[in-house]
Amino acid sequence: MQAFFANPAVSWTLLTTGGILLVVIWVLLSLAFLLLADRKIWAGVQMRKGPNVVGPFGLLQSFADFFKFVLKEIVIPAGADKVVFILAPLISLILAFVGWAVVPFAPGWVVSNLNVGILYLLAMSSLGVYGIIMGGWASNSKYPFLGALRSAAQMVSYEVSIGLIIITVILLAGSMNLSTIVEKQSGWIWNWNVFGGGLNNLVLLPVMVVAMGMFYISALAETNRPPFDLPEAESELVAGYQVEYSSTPYLLFMVAEYSNIVLMCAMISVLFFGGWNPGFPTDFLSSWHPFAANLFLALVFYAKICFWFFMFAMAKAIVPRYRYDQLMRLGWKVFLPTSLVLVAAVAAWRVFGPAA
Amino acid sequence: MVPAIPETPVRKFNINFGPQHPAAHGVLRLVLELDGEIVERVDPHIGLLHRGTEKLMEARTYLQNIPYFDRLDYVAPMNQEHAFCLAIEKLLGVEVPIRGQIIRVLYSEIGRILNHLLNVTTQAMDVGALTPPLWGFEEREKLMVFYERACGARLHSNYFRPGGVHQDLPPELVEDIDTWAKAFPKICDDIEGLITDNRIFKQRNVDIGVVSKEEAISWGFSGVMVRGSGIAWDLRRSQPYENYNDFEFDIPLGKNGDCYDRYLCRMQEMRESTKIIRQACEMLRKTHGPVLSEDNKVAPPRRAEMKRSMEALIHHFKLYTEGFKTPAGEVYACVEAPKGEFGVFVVSDGTNKPYRCKIRAPGFPHLAAMDWMNRGHQLADVSAILGSLDIVFGEIDR
Repeated sequence: MQAFFANPAVSWTLLTTGGILLVVIWVLLSLAFLLLADRKIWAGVQMRKGPNVVGPFGLLQSFADFFKFVLKEIVIPAGADKVVFILAPLISLILAFVGWAVVPFAPGWVVSNLNVGILYLLAMSSLGVYGIIMGGWASNSKYPFLGALRSAAQMVSYEVSIGLIIITVILLAGSMNLSTIVEKQSGWIWNWNVFGGGLNNLVLLPVMVVAMGMFYISALAETNRPPFDLPEAESELVAGYQVEYSSTPYLLFMVAEYSNIVLMCAMISVLFFGGWNPGFPTDFLSSWHPFAANLFLALVFYAKICFWFFMFAMAKAIVPRYRYDQLMRLGWKVFLPTSLVLVAAVAAWRVFGPAA
Repeated sequence: MVPAIPETPVRKFNINFGPQHPAAHGVLRLVLELDGEIVERVDPHIGLLHRGTEKLMEARTYLQNIPYFDRLDYVAPMNQEHAFCLAIEKLLGVEVPIRGQIIRVLYSEIGRILNHLLNVTTQAMDVGALTPPLWGFEEREKLMVFYERACGARLHSNYFRPGGVHQDLPPELVEDIDTWAKAFPKICDDIEGLITDNRIFKQRNVDIGVVSKEEAISWGFSGVMVRGSGIAWDLRRSQPYENYNDFEFDIPLGKNGDCYDRYLCRMQEMRESTKIIRQACEMLRKTHGPVLSEDNKVAPPRRAEMKRSMEALIHHFKLYTEGFKTPAGEVYACVEAPKGEFGVFVVSDGTNKPYRCKIRAPGFPHLAAMDWMNRGHQLADVSAILGSLDIVFGEIDR
C-alpha cells in the first residue's frame, strides 16, 4: 500500500485530482452564493428585497433553484439536433471550468502551474463560443439562431482586444505564467500592474488604468453581460441562444456563464490587482503556519474576486444595452486601436525606459 | 459545357416578434422581414385582445358603459372615462360643477403621470436598462393608492360620471397628493440621472424612428408623437376642456422627432403634470361645493337626500335601472389622453343606450406607422421604436 502511494504517478494523479475537485467544489459553492449576491445587488439597486424566502436571508435560494432546474423535464424541440443540442451546454460548462486549472489562488495553490497559463486561459475562453453557437444552431429555431450568430461575432471581436491588453501585462511581468505574474506584483500596492507594476514604472499608471478599464469592459462583453448581453437580449431575442433550453441543460448554460464571469473577475485580479497580494509586504506571514498563510492570501484573492463580481453586478443593474452595430463599432474601432496603442506604449517603456 | 447553376431564390429571414415576446407590450404580433439584422418590413398583427367593446356598449346604458373605458388603456383609466363623460355631457348639455372639474383635471394628470412613468421606464427596459421600471413602479404604486382612495379601485376606477365625479375627495387625500407631488420631481431627477445622459441610452434612441412634421400629420398622430416632432398640439391648450385654462403649464416640444425627443417630452410632461397637480390641490383647498351635477335627471341624488325625499328615491331608481335618455344626435368629444387624442364619437337615437359608439384610440394610428418607421433600422431598434410609440393593447384592440 505504502509503495502504491509512493509511486510518483499515483501520488501525482491523486494530488491533481484532489486539487481539481477542491477547485471545482469551491467554484460551484461560490457560484451558488455569488448568484444570490448578483440577484441581491440587482435587487438593491432596484429598491427590491431580492430572494429572501429560502433559508436565512434567502441564502439557500441557489440550491432551491438548482433542484428546481434538475427536477424539471428536459424539453428538446422536435426539429432540434438532439446530440448537438445536449452537447452544447456540456461544452460550455466544461470549458468554463477548465480555465480555472491555471488560476493561482495562493503561492503554490494552483492545479496546473502552466508556464503559458495566459495563453491557455485565452484559448479556453475562445472555445467557449462553441457552446453558444452549437446551442443556437441545434435548436433549429430563429431567435436562438440569431442569438448564436450575434454572440459568435461579439466574442471574437472582444477577444482581440482582450488579447492585446493581456500583452501589456505580459510585457510588464515578462512571463506568461500566472503565478509569476502575481509574484511580480508582491510588496506594496504600487507594485500592482494597474499602477504600472513598481514605483519606477509609475509613468505607466495612466496606460495601465486604461488597460484595466478596457479589460473590465471587454470581460463584460466576453461573458455576455449587460450592456453587451446581445446574444440573450431579452427585449429583442427573448433569451437568445437559450430560448429552447429548459431544465438541466439550461442550468448548465447558466452555471457556465457565471463560472466564466467569476473567472474573468479572477483574471482582472490576477492581471491588474496583484492576485493574492494584499497590497502591503507579507513578511509577517513567514512566522505563520504555511497553510494558514496561504489561506490568508487565498482569502485576499477571493475578496478581490468578490469586489469585481460586485462591479459586474452593478453594471448589469445600471446600463442599457448596446445595439449590434454599436457593439461592433466599439470593439473594432475604439477598443482595438486603443489597445494597440497601449501595447506600443508599454513595449516602448520596456525597451527604452529606465527599467530596460 | 457546364450547365449554369440555377439561381437559388433568396428567402428573407422572417421572424415572429410576439405575441409572447417580452418587448411586445402585451399581445402585439409583428411579422418582421429581416435581412441579417436590418428590418425590411414590419407587419403588425392586431386583434389578440379584441373584446368587442364598441358593440357591447350598444347593449348597455350610458352609466353601465363607463367601466368599459377603464379597460381600454388600462395604464391611465380615468382619462378614457373622461372622454366618454364629456361626450355624454355634450349630448345632454350638462354643466360640471367647478370642484368636479378640478378633481377631473387632477386625476387626468395623475393618469398622465401613471402612463408616462410606465412608458418611459419600459422604453428604457426595451433598450436594456432594467432598473428604471422598478423605480417608476414604486411611484405608480403610490398613484394607484390615490386612485383607490378616491374611488375604491386601483385600476378600474369608474370614477368620472356624466356631470362630474362620483364622490368628493376627502381633504386628507388632497393633502397627501400635494405632498407626493412636492416630492415627485426628485424621483424624476433620479430616473433621468440614470438614463437621460447615459451614452448607451442616447446611442440607442437618438435618430431612431424619426418622424417628420408632415409624416406626423399625415399619419394621424397625436399626443407626444406629434409634439416630439415639434408640432405644438395639445388639446388641453388648443381646445381646452374642463378648466384647463385656469392652470399654468407648458407644452414640451421635441425637435427631431426621434425616440429620444419623445422620451424627453414625456419626462418633461410628467414635471408639467406635477405642476398642474399642485395647482389643482391648491384650488381644491379653496373651492368647495358639489362635485357632481345637481341635475338629478342625469346624476344620482345624494344618499342622505334619498332617505328624506321620495322624489330623490325615484330618481335614483330610474337612473340605476333605466338610466337617462339622451337626445338623438351625434357628438364627438376628445381629451388629451397621455398617449394622444382619445376621442369618443357617440350616435344617439334618443334611447338610454348609445346607438353606436366609435372610440378613437391614439395608439392605433401610431401602431399603423410601425412599418415605415422601422424600415432600414436594426432589429434592436424595433423594440426601441415600439417602446417610444407608447402602445397599450387594451385601447388598440378595444
